[in-house]
Amino acid sequence: MSSLIESSQANKRRYRAEKRFKFYGFVAILLSLGFLLFFFADIIRKGYPAFQQTEIKAEITYSKETVEIPPLAVNEQARDFVSRGFLRMIPSQVENNPDLMGNTITKWVVANDDVDQYVKGQPNGLSSSEKQKIDKMKKEGKIDLSFNKYFFINGDSKMPEISGIFSAAVGTLYVIILTVLFSVPIGVMSAIYLEEYAPDNMFTRSIEVNINNLAAIPSILFGLLGLAVFINFFGVPRSSALAGGLTLSLMTLPVIIISTRASLQAVPDSIRHGALAVGASRWQMIWHHILPVSVPGILTGTILGVARAMGETAPLLLVGMMAYIPEAPNSFTDAATVLPAQIYTWASASQRAYVERTAAAILVLLVILLTLNAAAIWLRNRNEKKW
Amino acid sequence: MSLGNLIFIVLCGIVPLAYIAYIITTRKASMWENQNIAIHSRPYMHGWFVVVIMGIPSMLVSIIAGLLHVTGIYSVSPFILIAACIVLVASGLTVGLKKISPDFRARNKVENVIKWFLVAASLVSIMTTVGIVLSILFEALRFFDSVGFWNFIIGTSWNPDTAFLSGAGRGGEQAANAEFGAVPIFAGTFMITFIAMCVAVPIGLFSAVFLAEYATPRFRKIMKPLLEVLAGIPTVVYGFFAAITVSPLVVKLAGTVGLEAAYTNALAPGMVMGIMIIPLMSSLSDDVINAVPRSLREGSLALGTTVAETTKKVVLPAALPGIVSAFLLSVSRAIGETMIVVMAAGLRPNLTANPLEGMTTVTVRIVDSLTGDQSFDSLETLSAFGLGFVLLILTLILNIISTIIVRKFREKYE
Repeated sequence: MSSLIESSQANKRRYRAEKRFKFYGFVAILLSLGFLLFFFADIIRKGYPAFQQTEIKAEITYSKETVEIPPLAVNEQARDFVSRGFLRMIPSQVENNPDLMGNTITKWVVANDDVDQYVKGQPNGLSSSEKQKIDKMKKEGKIDLSFNKYFFINGDSKMPEISGIFSAAVGTLYVIILTVLFSVPIGVMSAIYLEEYAPDNMFTRSIEVNINNLAAIPSILFGLLGLAVFINFFGVPRSSALAGGLTLSLMTLPVIIISTRASLQAVPDSIRHGALAVGASRWQMIWHHILPVSVPGILTGTILGVARAMGETAPLLLVGMMAYIPEAPNSFTDAATVLPAQIYTWASASQRAYVERTAAAILVLLVILLTLNAAAIWLRNRNEKKW
Repeated sequence: MSLGNLIFIVLCGIVPLAYIAYIITTRKASMWENQNIAIHSRPYMHGWFVVVIMGIPSMLVSIIAGLLHVTGIYSVSPFILIAACIVLVASGLTVGLKKISPDFRARNKVENVIKWFLVAASLVSIMTTVGIVLSILFEALRFFDSVGFWNFIIGTSWNPDTAFLSGAGRGGEQAANAEFGAVPIFAGTFMITFIAMCVAVPIGLFSAVFLAEYATPRFRKIMKPLLEVLAGIPTVVYGFFAAITVSPLVVKLAGTVGLEAAYTNALAPGMVMGIMIIPLMSSLSDDVINAVPRSLREGSLALGTTVAETTKKVVLPAALPGIVSAFLLSVSRAIGETMIVVMAAGLRPNLTANPLEGMTTVTVRIVDSLTGDQSFDSLETLSAFGLGFVLLILTLILNIISTIIVRKFREKYE
């Protein structure tokens, strides 16, 4: 009898359907993973050339004439190929170091973006005679690739070959400091209120609904809020780290509240009862017994919130943090830009050489974010307390 | 010296004063303790009480003065502010020192103040919502006043160029012709959202089912964080990827089958957005699938069904409300997504059903009209708030419905 059932056509079909269903699920996961691999491979392939920079061995002559007309300072062979960013610096070099006057120095100088792209085998705007000249200099060992430290120590520039992420990185640091300063204390305090004090009434429930809603509101609407309230009403300077930090801290607040509440909930009631039973007041119980054991959870939430704020772009565009900022900001009210906004401005720039810089900035950002996320996971696993 | 700096100095000046008051009071209270007088609150609580009663009123006054100053409503003269703060600090100190005594309930008073601080902190999130709603509503109303709500909602032609001229102060005869019909913009938004859902829903749902019903715990433990990585990638990065890599790919592929695709086509941002939403869809569905009681599964399997049949006929129907709510949240996420479409979709509103053509979305228009050089009062700038208003209402409705559905679902099984 049973062998009859097993051999029936219907059952075969059922088992094939079962296999197919499982296969679909597996394919779905493979697709996501495949995309992840493709994505990282693509970004790395596009971005890693930016960590190298073409340099030219040039003879620089410092004289009255060349300070007036900087291109003449460079020997003829290299003249058309060095970066205009370097040429612009020649007068100030002499000013800072008068001994240079009247001397000729041979040194490695940053090449312009077309040469750089040609040497890296990318599309460029060079003519074939220029390409021949470069090939010749390459053979002579006068053109070479070296580590691109300028990418990390320079700010943004209209010349791709000397532009870097430094000003954006400092801007990100400023904005994140402000975000943490505003959102962590307020977030932790409201989580404590909701979890330890609040009676179960309409008011409390409306706050809870509201926090869940805030967590799901599109980030760009926070940008509209920042623009209308912080900039237009309170007069916070546009494009400043302060405007960005305030906007982002409102966005990070729900993340911190939700994770802090979760870690407060994880503390068993026996600890609360024990503290209250020996005569501690409610606040003493929270301050001495509940908070110390929930610090890792709060920290995890903070790191995740920071990671999210660090990658956020849309609200910052609306408060003006996409301006062209070549210098790192000196205060919270200076015009500043952040890494994601820098990525956005470079991505919309027309020169081909910005593509690799965009991808390289993305790599830097992704490394930071993945490190933060890994730290959060590690912290959570390490401190996962079984009560 | 500006008033802002002065307020900062006042705030800083209160801190050392408060510290001195704290030391004095704590010493006094410790003295009682040393004399074996029974005291109600610990000495440091007396100290904090004096700090609170001395510091908080003057701090509040200076903060309020600061806010009034930066908003330009009223500027207090620095002299009056300093005088007021000195009076408040002095009187606070006298009252505080007079009040403390061995059986004074300092702890209760201080903790009451702490509680009010906590309440104030939780009000910030409500204020944020109110702030978002009001700031968008006010500007949106001004926009609807001059354009007309229904013209905006059902108009099919979006043509703000002439508004740009008047915004730049060069308005002439044609300025009246600016059109703000948002239908093409909504259409673009829904088209891109639809494409994103076509990618995210099947992949997200199937991976959730596989992880919940088939995967070994080990496989699950490795795969879940890997899927989460997709959610942790900033949207600006996805935007770059969509614009630089996927869009040309789509154009090339369309070319090989003889179709013409624009570089700002809707397909590329839609697909990339779908990939971004996979983790949201899969983790939310995974949660609800896991919340379906084991007994339902075991009952079905005991009848001799295969896992696939159990999943399709028992688990998924039981989890359906949760999956619908995950879907709604994903849609709300896709509608509000900004950077991917700003970088990869077009700027020109285009009413078409062809996903290979360039089209624009609500969020793109918001960013585009607010990052230009226009004066804040120009009609095009205000149009961003009109669009933001629609976006807010739409996402609020989706979020609320999904919250209600998932709550009903949980009540059923818990």
